[in-house]
Amino acid sequence: MKPKVAFYWCASCGGCEEAVLDLYEDLLAVLDAIEIVFWPVALDFKEHDFAAMPEGSVDIAFVNGAIRTSDQKHMATLLREKAKVVVAFGACAQLGGIPGLANLTTAEEILHDVYGDAATMPQTEYREDGVSLALPELFDQVLPLDRVVPVEYYVPGCPPTPNIIQSAIGALLSGLAPVRGSVLAPDHALCEECPRKATRPVDLAIERLRQVHEQLIDSETCLLAQGVPCLGPATRAGCGTRCIRGNMPCTGCFGPTGRVRDYGGKALSAIASILSADEEQEIGRILEGLPDPAGTLYRYSLPSCSLTRKPEYTHVGRNGKPAESNHH
Amino acid sequence: MPEEFEPRVVAFFCNWCTYLAADLAGTSRLKYAPNARIIRVMCSGRVDPQFVLEALAEGADGVLIGGCHPGDCHYQSGNYKALRRFLLLRRMVVQLGIEPERVHLEWISAAEGDRVRAVIDKMVADLKRLGPRRPVLGVAS
Amino acid sequence: MLAATENQQNRITIEPVTRLEGHGRIELFLDAAGHVEHAYFQVPELRGFEKFVQGRPAEDMPQITSRICGVCPMAHHMAATKALDNLYQVTPPPAARKIRELIYHAFLVEDHALHFYFLGGPDFLVGPGAPAAQRNLLGVIDRVGAETVRRVIAVRRKLREVVEAVAGKAIHPVFGLPGGVAKPVTEEQARQAQAVSEEAVQFATFTLEIFEKLVLANPDYQSLIRSDAFAHQTYYMGLVDEQNHVAFYDGALRILAPDGHEWARSDPQRYQDYIAEHAEPWSYMKFCHLGPLGWHGLEEGPDSGIYCVAPLARLNASEGMATPMAGEAYLKFFGAMGGKPVHHTLATHWARIIEMLYAAERMRELSHDPEITDPKVRTIPTATPREGIGVVEAPRGTLIHHYQSDERGLITKANLIVATQNNAARIAMSIEKAARSLVSGRHVDEGILNMVEMALRAYDPCLGCATHSLPGGMPLRVDVHCQEGTVIATLRRDSDGTVRRE
Repeated sequence: MKPKVAFYWCASCGGCEEAVLDLYEDLLAVLDAIEIVFWPVALDFKEHDFAAMPEGSVDIAFVNGAIRTSDQKHMATLLREKAKVVVAFGACAQLGGIPGLANLTTAEEILHDVYGDAATMPQTEYREDGVSLALPELFDQVLPLDRVVPVEYYVPGCPPTPNIIQSAIGALLSGLAPVRGSVLAPDHALCEECPRKATRPVDLAIERLRQVHEQLIDSETCLLAQGVPCLGPATRAGCGTRCIRGNMPCTGCFGPTGRVRDYGGKALSAIASILSADEEQEIGRILEGLPDPAGTLYRYSLPSCSLTRKPEYTHVGRNGKPAESNHH
Repeated sequence: MPEEFEPRVVAFFCNWCTYLAADLAGTSRLKYAPNARIIRVMCSGRVDPQFVLEALAEGADGVLIGGCHPGDCHYQSGNYKALRRFLLLRRMVVQLGIEPERVHLEWISAAEGDRVRAVIDKMVADLKRLGPRRPVLGVAS
Repeated sequence: MLAATENQQNRITIEPVTRLEGHGRIELFLDAAGHVEHAYFQVPELRGFEKFVQGRPAEDMPQITSRICGVCPMAHHMAATKALDNLYQVTPPPAARKIRELIYHAFLVEDHALHFYFLGGPDFLVGPGAPAAQRNLLGVIDRVGAETVRRVIAVRRKLREVVEAVAGKAIHPVFGLPGGVAKPVTEEQARQAQAVSEEAVQFATFTLEIFEKLVLANPDYQSLIRSDAFAHQTYYMGLVDEQNHVAFYDGALRILAPDGHEWARSDPQRYQDYIAEHAEPWSYMKFCHLGPLGWHGLEEGPDSGIYCVAPLARLNASEGMATPMAGEAYLKFFGAMGGKPVHHTLATHWARIIEMLYAAERMRELSHDPEITDPKVRTIPTATPREGIGVVEAPRGTLIHHYQSDERGLITKANLIVATQNNAARIAMSIEKAARSLVSGRHVDEGILNMVEMALRAYDPCLGCATHSLPGGMPLRVDVHCQEGTVIATLRRDSDGTVRRE
């Protein structure tokens, strides 16, 4: 009996699906080893087919995308019910992802910005001429997957890279389960696997921070040493440093290492600690080169920021049951 | 008559300077607002920005960091690191909708017991004016 | 085994729509006789990109907006990069432009291949009424053979490896900067691109042959393609070069009327003169239409402003392809379909393969260009940023990124018109028409419902793209001048899309 596997996407861009297809020829071997019971991007099984499956009959559900709507919460709950193991796949499911930047605004502001005050703004319920239609409700904020259902494992990345995906699938199908709650990737900082490691000064001190477009970037030297905000020191390794090889800085998509609770706080510390200035005005001048700290440091992880992790901000209470929201 | 809001302040004070000053304020019987919970760290450079975020997340209305004056750090440069992290952190929390008055950094030497009193009193007054910390939602940068 | 989709009294729900990017649901309402009275295509997702990019540095936009879609991230990355060129008023060096084009065309080949072989194509390669468990890439393996599928996988892999070598990543590339690209192309990478593009040209030709053998030679499929159930008389839009050939990276915006005459040809920077949006309460996806003609509901014909983008539209809106083999295929296509314009939506699958061939030929041309390895690939911007528009043809249609920023380059406003959105109205019409024609009064099984979905899949819709979020159209005033320069008329478009003549 082949293990039954589901792939599903919530507030997702589809990149995690493409990442699975990027196993290329190796994908055929994976497809041979498993039975996919639900994968909307590639297969025609519908929601009612999946809902009809017995509880716990799916071995692994890989769920990517953040939770932004009531529909996505419903699907996450359904997947949790049917699957023995739920894997938060990709940065959005693990940390909230780039759609999580919407937590700097509100659902109401988004709706007004998008649809104006048009009389025909989308409604969660629409009735006319004997037709009744529903649209899911937009939550007040974007949530990572583990804020709505318990999650066994995390596969990091935006998207996860083929090597990480391969080893995660291998580990999960091998019968030797990893430690529950673990992130299925190496647990050290990106700097350790960076091809430019040798050019990083022992006492790295940044005299000036500049945006990438303001300067030519040398393709061999440590990016931080060139005054480019690179988040390698604060970011988990495993991606093969593709962005660095592309001559661009790391932006933190693999999230924090295991001992960090708040990625943005750690990334902030990593950059600020090595500024070459001791006096407030001088420090301020250097920081002008980082005009959007929240956007840069929390690009993939705003929903997992400590400040928004308290129960009263979620639709799930402390006991795991839905809570009455005091924000709407 | 509504109960007056009593802000809760978490204060990270360095062992060699500010914590001793707080001690001195105590032994000198100086009266000041009791709202601060003081946590002793060996150096203001020990204060990870995550501590500040966690404190705010756990219900603190304000966070205060106290360290040695520039040039006096027991570990030479720890307080400079604290300053750099603090300045960036303050810019960032403002983007997240937190008023800049809620995070504060002060240089207070071991002899400046009265300074501890003044700083905490001022911070509590500021926080009373601001009110309890609002949930972090809905603030565009 | 799979049951037929549930029938709740007189309501049929297809949820989710599958083998496309994003989330969607089709709701059909039947009368007592089983005829389709109403059909709705609902897009239930919204993420709010245009709102949450406010306050972000403009230079982050190529990487942030690529997260609108992980299937076509390169399209957003490229439109954003071009918008940055415009925002910072900087021109990339020639090598940088060629590198961008080279990589962009590599992406077009593999993305069109993905759709044909794995997303929409299985409807034809395996058969629309085939059991659901086979209507997918696994069924394609059975039908065309494992060797062919391995070839598809290998070609896509090699193309994406070229993209990765130059742009850093294939999914969410990093190389786009205002005024250039992050690094030059090496001799070795150029040789790699040359070899891969040669293979891509052969592969695209092979794909055309498969299409001819498995689809065009099948009389059932021919009648499906030519059936009225899947046809609409709408306008067609696409970018073209100076010779009016289909262009992807850059060009003029050309709009063709349903009867085939050129209705407009314009600098794409003036897109607001032509494109307006309309919202309905039952979907998060908004409906684009031609502003000057106004919104008349989901109607076709020359008086309705509904238009179409992507492969079929691009071929219709152009007068040929810029490369020889694709050019021949273009003539053959219109010859077989009875002239221009072709209104049959399912013919899009054919048009898509012709575009795949063009993109491969163009990639080959660029890979042999000696300037492609020139080390000068950056122009550092010096102007103060203010406003910028970048337009490309994404695989799924015309894609527009429009930014306003403060003097530090932080985004203050973003307006994105995203490919599939342009097709939203026509998609709704296609689904309704297909549903009425196929579902009404018949025994409804799962295969029939899949054929309704086929009407949607032909557009290769990217629903995540379509619901990034889009603000109300910017208010606009257009003064129409006669040749002497006097203003003879003023048109005003309000933020809700209404156009008035003053």
